[in-house]
Amino acid sequence: MEFNLSEEQVDIQKAAREFAQGEFDPDEASDYDRNGQFPLKILKKACHLGFIGMHFPNRYGGQDLGLLENILVVEEFCRQHSGIGVALGLSDFGSEMILRFGSEDQKKRYLPPIAKGERVSSLAYMEEDQTDGFSFFSTVAIRNGDGYLINGKKIFVVNGTLPGPMIVLCQLNKARSEDQVALIVEKNGDGPVLSMMGGQIGMRMVPMVSLTYNDIKVPQGNLIGNEGEGRSQFVTFLNEMRIEAAAMGVGIAQGAFDLALTYARQRVQFGQKIASFEAIRNKLADMVTRIEMARSLTYKAAWDLDRNGGNILLNYMAKMVSAETAFEVADDAVHIFGGYGYIVENQIEHFYRDARMVNVFGESGQTQRLLIADRIIGKI
Amino acid sequence: MNFDLTDEQKKVRDMARNFTTKVIAPRAKEMDRTGEYPYDIMAQMASLGMMGIPFPKEYGGGGGDWVSMHLCIEEISRGDVSLGALLDVTTSVAGNEIYSFGTEEQKQKWLIPLAQGKEIGAFGLTEPDAGSDTAALKTTAALEGEEWVINGSKQFITNTGLDNASIIIITAKTRVEQSGRTTISTLIVPKGTPGFTLGERYEKMAFHASATHEVFFDDCRIPKGYLLGDIYEGLAQHLSVLQTGRISVAAISTGLAQACLDEALTYTTKKYQFRQSLLESQTIPFKLADIAMMIELSRTIYLKAAWLKDQGRDYTLEAHFAKLFATETAKKIASDVLNMYGLFGCLEKYPISRYFKVAKLFEIVEGTSEMQRLVIARKLLG
Repeated sequence: MEFNLSEEQVDIQKAAREFAQGEFDPDEASDYDRNGQFPLKILKKACHLGFIGMHFPNRYGGQDLGLLENILVVEEFCRQHSGIGVALGLSDFGSEMILRFGSEDQKKRYLPPIAKGERVSSLAYMEEDQTDGFSFFSTVAIRNGDGYLINGKKIFVVNGTLPGPMIVLCQLNKARSEDQVALIVEKNGDGPVLSMMGGQIGMRMVPMVSLTYNDIKVPQGNLIGNEGEGRSQFVTFLNEMRIEAAAMGVGIAQGAFDLALTYARQRVQFGQKIASFEAIRNKLADMVTRIEMARSLTYKAAWDLDRNGGNILLNYMAKMVSAETAFEVADDAVHIFGGYGYIVENQIEHFYRDARMVNVFGESGQTQRLLIADRIIGKI
Repeated sequence: MNFDLTDEQKKVRDMARNFTTKVIAPRAKEMDRTGEYPYDIMAQMASLGMMGIPFPKEYGGGGGDWVSMHLCIEEISRGDVSLGALLDVTTSVAGNEIYSFGTEEQKQKWLIPLAQGKEIGAFGLTEPDAGSDTAALKTTAALEGEEWVINGSKQFITNTGLDNASIIIITAKTRVEQSGRTTISTLIVPKGTPGFTLGERYEKMAFHASATHEVFFDDCRIPKGYLLGDIYEGLAQHLSVLQTGRISVAAISTGLAQACLDEALTYTTKKYQFRQSLLESQTIPFKLADIAMMIELSRTIYLKAAWLKDQGRDYTLEAHFAKLFATETAKKIASDVLNMYGLFGCLEKYPISRYFKVAKLFEIVEGTSEMQRLVIARKLLG
């Protein structure tokens, strides 16, 4: 057993913290949040310092680091500002599909611009009326000459409005559910028809759109891996993503807790600091304990993925616990602020909104519980 | 025991429910999005007599009871909680304070237009350094000849930004001439009095259709006769009407929770019908069962508190139970229903996103959960 972070990891964590503290301006963040605007300027600076795509190999603009290093950064960013942190954390959303399964040519073409912040990746997987998890998509790809034609509709496409490669999960053959393909669609020329999903309560800096594909042509070279591998690639990606989402939860919880602790130590009511009241002390003790549990589980899941290739049960648990902790802690933090907590300029309410949305992003806790149960119970 | 509503109470509830369905619900999303105050809806609520239900007819009221008032608040809040809060603050709190402690002249002057809904009332207790600690206020009122001169500020003042808001009833530190003692008194300050200004409208997480502002008093002069009730008892008077306000906040939260359940029932039936019969799964139906149970308990306890008040009996404990239980469960219910929606629940086009953001507020306003527990515990421990 070794619970210490390595020296390099501690340095990364510290660098990410200092960067976030220095660069995430609260007023600017509120503007991004209010206007639903992606923090491109901050992304570019973060990329310049190597914070994005650090799990990519050097030759693709990364630093050859693991998921654990990557999530240390995500956690620190979310801790400083939940909205900016989530947006930066998702700026390479889906890129791992290319990183893990793409051709050399695809990696060379798509990964370096993402690490540089010149491009932002997106992944289109959700659909309306998805009745059976992600095992079947209504969006279809038909072989067409030297490539494919995509038809269908995707919703909640993260980063859908931003320039960069978009990976679209499609059904190749409607008859057989295992025949899925992941295709890279470049967002130039005659692309899919884009419409906004409407405002969202949290993760407001992350543009989410619905996309309608009408005979969108994709060259053969944009197929990731082989035909029929789409599903397994996506499952692998989701494993990594859950841990990253868990780290967002840990960071959000820690950030909300930091503010609540500071406030409780300053705010005087009834002639005492409110941190001297047991009702508040109990809350703070619960908050910090829950954060530590969520963090331990998240780091363990990341460590396991880096070292052993991942443990799905740990991933479900890490995401479920961390996202629920983020929401509970943010709730308590707003509560400690009282009426002030409800006012935008006090910079606590966005943690509450962002935590709630991270909680249902991917799978909600209620789905994760059933997935965990499936795993541990097996066939009966 | 008799748990049936009277015919009169049922009439009020059905009238409010009908009004909510027809008039408020179709507008609620837009009101919250734009933050424009729905004056036309308020005028209709006034003409239906909603603003003065529990006050005698001679004061412009409906001669009804507090049970009816709260049934009305619940039904209105099912459509939009900011209108529920309008009723709470104007009727249960501000109107109630003038009715309970005002002189005949004050009632004639201010209660009648409030009860008729022609004017709207506001209530000022909270200050930057006096939140839960209501007695820590710094606002002062000094008697100079025939006038009170008020200096200070109040914050998070609901309703005060409305064009037809007429008065704010505030607490201020006063010095009694004869004894020289300092005390806390309540004063009625008409909007528009020189020296009384509104701060910027707050940018809040939600609750955008509610006109909440900070207010400032800078040598604001009002006639001596605008003192409300006993000069020594201002704080007690102010807190006593908040007791009624607690029942109202419980009713608002019950209406909000009911709106969440309404949404959940519609949505889950639609969403899950393809996957498997709802009756075969347990996760969602069990949650729905819990939600329905919590709503019924919230409703029962706020109605009991209102009934006790109508009987002229002590309702302190029940009002605190109601406020604490209904607000905490409404928040949990909103969050649980959002979960059923998944990511869709986070989209502003679905009402549950709005319900979720606003539900948190009621755990904080009119006494945080901690203050409710404190009072309940004190009452138990003697």
